[in-house]
Amino acid sequence: MSDIQSETDLVYVRDEMLSQSPPPHRESGPVGWLRKNLFSSLSNTVLTLIALYVIWIVVPPLIDFALVQAVWSGDSRDVCTTINQGGIQPNGWFGACWPYVKDYFAQFIYGRYPVEERWRVNIVFVLFVIGVVPLLVPTAPFKSINLIYMAVVFPVAALLLLTGGHMEFESMIGIGRELAPLGSGLDFWIEYALLTLVVLGIAYAWARGTGAPAGGLLKLVLTMMLALAAVIFVLSLDLGLEFVPTSIWGGLLVTLVIAITGIAASLPLGVVLALGRRSDMPIVRFACVVFIEFWRGVPLITVLFMSSVMLPLFLPEGVSFDKLLRALIGVALFSAAYMAEVIRGGLQAIPKGQYEGADAVGLAYWQKMRLIILPQALTLVIPGIVNTFIGLFKDTTLVLIIGLFDFLGQIQSSFTDPSWSTPVQATTAYFFAACVYWIFCFSMSRYSIFTENRLRTGHAR
Amino acid sequence: MSDTETSAHISADENGAADMMDPNAGPAVEMRGVNKWFGEFHVLRDINLNVRRGERIVVCGPSGSGKSTMIRCINRLEEHQKGDIIVDGIELTNDLKKIDEIRREVGMVFQHFNLFPHLTILENCTLAPIWVRKMPKREAEEAAMHYLERVKIPEQANKYPGQLSGGQQQRVAIARALCMNPRIMLFDEPTSALDPEMIKEVLDVMVDLAKSGMTMLVVTHEMGFARQVANRVIFMDAGQIVEQNEPEQFFTNPQHDRTKLFLSQILH
Repeated sequence: MSDIQSETDLVYVRDEMLSQSPPPHRESGPVGWLRKNLFSSLSNTVLTLIALYVIWIVVPPLIDFALVQAVWSGDSRDVCTTINQGGIQPNGWFGACWPYVKDYFAQFIYGRYPVEERWRVNIVFVLFVIGVVPLLVPTAPFKSINLIYMAVVFPVAALLLLTGGHMEFESMIGIGRELAPLGSGLDFWIEYALLTLVVLGIAYAWARGTGAPAGGLLKLVLTMMLALAAVIFVLSLDLGLEFVPTSIWGGLLVTLVIAITGIAASLPLGVVLALGRRSDMPIVRFACVVFIEFWRGVPLITVLFMSSVMLPLFLPEGVSFDKLLRALIGVALFSAAYMAEVIRGGLQAIPKGQYEGADAVGLAYWQKMRLIILPQALTLVIPGIVNTFIGLFKDTTLVLIIGLFDFLGQIQSSFTDPSWSTPVQATTAYFFAACVYWIFCFSMSRYSIFTENRLRTGHAR
Repeated sequence: MSDTETSAHISADENGAADMMDPNAGPAVEMRGVNKWFGEFHVLRDINLNVRRGERIVVCGPSGSGKSTMIRCINRLEEHQKGDIIVDGIELTNDLKKIDEIRREVGMVFQHFNLFPHLTILENCTLAPIWVRKMPKREAEEAAMHYLERVKIPEQANKYPGQLSGGQQQRVAIARALCMNPRIMLFDEPTSALDPEMIKEVLDVMVDLAKSGMTMLVVTHEMGFARQVANRVIFMDAGQIVEQNEPEQFFTNPQHDRTKLFLSQILH
């Protein structure tokens, strides 16, 4: 009655309250969850059934292979071969050969790193965990000390421990050799001083050209060159550790060295490149565009090949870069180009108002970027950043083609050992490799989700 | 354009605001023959404007008339291409140092607030004093709380902008600008993005600020506000200042035809 009135009259006051309706279907509890998430409609039900079928045909055989049929102990290939193949297992047996993985485990981790020196690698692993865990826990205190430790102390310590230090730095272009008294060992330092002067000159010219205050920039450059000199000096110290050339490093050690260096270098480099590509200064922008497009335009395999085969042809005779170092630089620059584009995507998503807000309160360019724009842009593109990290981690396996034995390379090279050669060897090894890679990549993925949730501040508007 | 030169003779305001005028000091803002183009489009044509210290100016006009662009030129969010702009005795040129110097003295409030969503309200307010004025954190926080109290939302200090209503956000934006202790405040349509119910709370804060003697340039269509606090109302159309006068005269006795048309459309 009142409803009819409301349609005809302009003035309407409710005089009859609506009665209660029955509640909708239960959406809590196991049954409610199933109904809501798996069987909410006909098409969802069909998809659920198909998914269940796929799980049914994939998972049980995998469990059967890796756990049920698997051999857990033994010391030769006999325990992992069938009677027909000369072993002890019944014919038709198909299971994982874990004793082989156990036997080779140390090699998978350290490669051909000398057995009596492996404690050094272990210390590096421990130092890394000590530094990285509190860095990843947002509530852990002393973040700035922690950051300095990870950015300065740990890399130098790791380099010293892994290589053994006592590195010899030689004159690169020959000027030092001419100037220094023979055998004084000063040839390198003379060239380093010259290089420092050249860099300072470039910085001064840059400052004059852009009208920025020269003093601060020169001080920064000088500090960096001095810090680098200090690092080089520390590395040339003889600490009594045996020298272990990178050519015999291998296994997970090499994988982690490349991946972590790549990750640590590509993020800051990517930020700089992304900012450079959006810069108002044409030369800076052009240089960044060229850099990014060059590295994105060539496959990583080409980069690695070029660095190991072509680069030595262009260097003066007698000068050689470490092969691992070349791979590190190649991977870092390669992923920096990808990172730059991911971050540029984030920068473009920041509304113009944020730039104007920061400008209006008087923040200078770098303050504006560091305090306002980058925190928001990086938060936006965390999925893309972690995507690049994960890709980088898995791409490290490509160094195999330039003769570095990373985790996967080490696993593959173990196939040549006749004492464990069985039909299940490769399957077991690849299953193991897949599990290890998955653990690393999945951890990164989960951590990124955690960070995304932590940084959500009810944005919008 | 000749009427723009008459700005020096505006009668004392009726609101009893503290008169900040110092006869020895130059104008707060001086614009001489300012021109600006967006590509082919001539947005500002020969703008001449003198803003005395402590003066409160309301700028109105149809959309696209260049009023926002004009006040955005004052703190170099937009670059002018011809003419001179002198703010607080400093001439605006390409010199980054001078631009930074001016921005430190000029606060701005935007239509869409432009608060920093990843920082709390308090951090929004203390950021610039800490990084630009190099103020100790403690001191900056005390000052920020003082201004947040002044805009009547001290209890929201630890929330994020996304958790506040539009009116509250705009009041935070005003507090953020005030934390830098500016000599001049620019308002670019501060109430245009707000629900009608929230406009009043923002205008109240602005009226309060006007009473304290702040030099203000306000782009707005809130004619009640203009009547209440402005010393001068400027009407712009097609990139030019068409008419300016004290509010009573401006509303009751507009001279230019364009002004009459505009007022007839917005004053019902």
